Amino acid sequence: MPKSKSAYSVAGRKEKLDTHIIVVWVDNEAGVLARVVGLFSGRGYNIESLAVAEIDQKLNISRITIVTTGTPQVVDQIKLQLKKLVPVHKVADFKREDKNVIFKEMALFKFVGTNGKIDKAINACKKYNAVILDTTNRSKVVQITALRREIDKMANNLKKYGLISISRTGAVAMTRGEKVFK
Amino acid sequence: MPKLFSGAEIVFKCLEDQDVSHIFGYPGGAVLPIYDELKNHNSVKHILVRHEQGAGHAAEGYARSTGKPGVVLVTSGPGATNVVTALTDAYMDSVPLVCISGQVPTHLIGTDAFQECDTTGITRPCTKHNWLVKDINDLAEVMHKAFEVATTGRPGPVLVDIPKDIQFQKTLYKKFKRKSKSNGASHNNFSQDNIDELVDLMSKATKPIFYTGGGVINSGPKASELLRELVYTTGFPITTTLQGLGSFPGDDNQFLGMLGMHGTYEANNAMYECDLMINIGARFDDRITGKIDEFSPKSKKVHIDIDPSSINKNVKVDLAIVGDVKSVITSTLKTLKKSKANFIKSNKQKTSKWWEKIQKWRSKRSLDYISSEETIKPQYAIERLYELTKDKDTFITTEVGQHQMWAAQHYKFNKPNRWMTSGGLGTMGYGLPAAVGVQIAHPQKLVIDIAGEASVLMTMQEMSTAVQYSLPIKIFILNNEYMGMVRQWQELLHDKNYSESYTAALPDFVQMAEAYGCVGIRAKTPEELDDKIIEMLNTDRPVIFDCLVDKQENCFPMIPSGKPHNQMILGPKDKKENKITGKGRTLV
Repeated sequence: MPKSKSAYSVAGRKEKLDTHIIVVWVDNEAGVLARVVGLFSGRGYNIESLAVAEIDQKLNISRITIVTTGTPQVVDQIKLQLKKLVPVHKVADFKREDKNVIFKEMALFKFVGTNGKIDKAINACKKYNAVILDTTNRSKVVQITALRREIDKMANNLKKYGLISISRTGAVAMTRGEKVFK
Repeated sequence: MPKLFSGAEIVFKCLEDQDVSHIFGYPGGAVLPIYDELKNHNSVKHILVRHEQGAGHAAEGYARSTGKPGVVLVTSGPGATNVVTALTDAYMDSVPLVCISGQVPTHLIGTDAFQECDTTGITRPCTKHNWLVKDINDLAEVMHKAFEVATTGRPGPVLVDIPKDIQFQKTLYKKFKRKSKSNGASHNNFSQDNIDELVDLMSKATKPIFYTGGGVINSGPKASELLRELVYTTGFPITTTLQGLGSFPGDDNQFLGMLGMHGTYEANNAMYECDLMINIGARFDDRITGKIDEFSPKSKKVHIDIDPSSINKNVKVDLAIVGDVKSVITSTLKTLKKSKANFIKSNKQKTSKWWEKIQKWRSKRSLDYISSEETIKPQYAIERLYELTKDKDTFITTEVGQHQMWAAQHYKFNKPNRWMTSGGLGTMGYGLPAAVGVQIAHPQKLVIDIAGEASVLMTMQEMSTAVQYSLPIKIFILNNEYMGMVRQWQELLHDKNYSESYTAALPDFVQMAEAYGCVGIRAKTPEELDDKIIEMLNTDRPVIFDCLVDKQENCFPMIPSGKPHNQMILGPKDKKENKITGKGRTLV
């Protein structure tokens, strides 16, 4: 090993990364998203996707859903660091493989081309709760809800049917059954 | 009709309700309404600094020496950006600060107005929380919340940004109702089971060690008393971090000295070999652990901390106890006395081999250095300073670098809140303004900034503050003309390429002292050192003491980068002896 010239220790071995979905309930106030996102960038955590909106107008609460990857130690840190932020009320953490949690993303696809081609595309979309939102002679806008990798796949496969524009959200999550995360 | 108060008046009402007696600040356009109001509030004394960074560090010194939050008042734009270093420093070392900054009027925010900057954006990562007050009706609540956030749990800095128009607007002020003092207790999250487990581990350990940090000091003076009781009751050895110095008497036999990169041989080896490590209020910083994969491989680790995010951050522990140090030690002592009344007796035997080993490490005398009769060795200067001031209740601040480590190694502290140093951020220029803050809080006490000539030049302007308020601080400069720690790393790791670490054209510190209107003293030889120190101590005015020390001296012992605790480099004296005896070279 070459002699270290650093005043800091060398990096240890790399551990396996897991994908987690972190859900954060926050006061909907100015700068709160910047606090959460700044914490991630400042401490070098990943953000794969992010979804945020107010869920309770009376109590002024927003729900932020963040998909992230990290070692178990890093995921623990993410939760604990988030809990230290003053506007954060609670933090939930789910593994992507967790069967008791529903994860969904939404995507809007715009197809332009002949009707025949577009129909084929729409057929392919059907298993993902396709809703046609706009139709013209030469185009259609379709909404689907699915998992991230399913949308990835669709986005790739439908190019040949005239898919020219994609807009998608980050994942949102909800537990199955009666249970609510406290 | 009830009386209406302006934003500026409300700021002072809040400060009064929070029992703030001193604020450190610098005026400017966006805080003028607050400065205008100052004259009406005699209980709040304003200390005018010479640079906003100085205000921040002075408030830190004030806070760390009193346990009360330090308050800073700065203007918008450059006023706010100048204080960022101090806020970050306070954040890293868990010092409670409340910084009030002026902002351009609300209708100009976002227009790149004169002296505008995104203060809350800039300070977001270096405060526990910050607020931009856009509605006068929120001001009082925000101010009180700011004090609460700064002082509860793990303390830290907060910032309240107040636009100028809000300072003029008027509203009602509701009398503040102080919540019952809840600092530590409300953050306790441990059970009797945790304590039982800890006591069980303690009773089984044959090679235990306490590793304690700044959390003990932040928990209040009572926590230090309890720690002493715990250490004496168990008979275990104890080592403290840089920030923990003073929580346990530095001259006690159970004290192994500071641990870490420049810690003692016995402390670091004990950390490496122990079978039970009890971390109280320290955070496994990288200067402490060295190579993390080989950090104390054979021990069960217990971590007591008020901040849950400190636990398992760097080092995985076997037992985590989340709570205020004072509360946790109180419970532990109670359980210990109840369930293991004979602990100390049964324990003495169990740990006697361990103590023998520690004595062997101790006999290396790792802090020794080769003394000289011609030049002043920096370690000798600290030793003499300690000997000549130890009977006084002395407060020590430092800058950052070799002198800081020598001070930590050779100055022995017996009480908490007497040692103010920038550990986490390592801010050169911390010590002089911090000394100003300490002296403000303790006007009758001896306050010494142990400094390096490079660090002290970074905030030298605050001498003017010291003179203005007749603060008899003593700036004790170990002058080696080098950025000593940089030079040391260059010598050891960069083939003696002393790139830019020598300061040519240093000022004459004695003349400089005179120019500031204080006293300059210079010591050149070991022979005259004591007399000069005594002269300094007898001077009831600010003093700059220019102590010319050996330029080549390195700070040992030292754990080199990427190495575990048991592979320390010892000083030249040890090497010399090894040459003669030919033993123990493997450790060098």
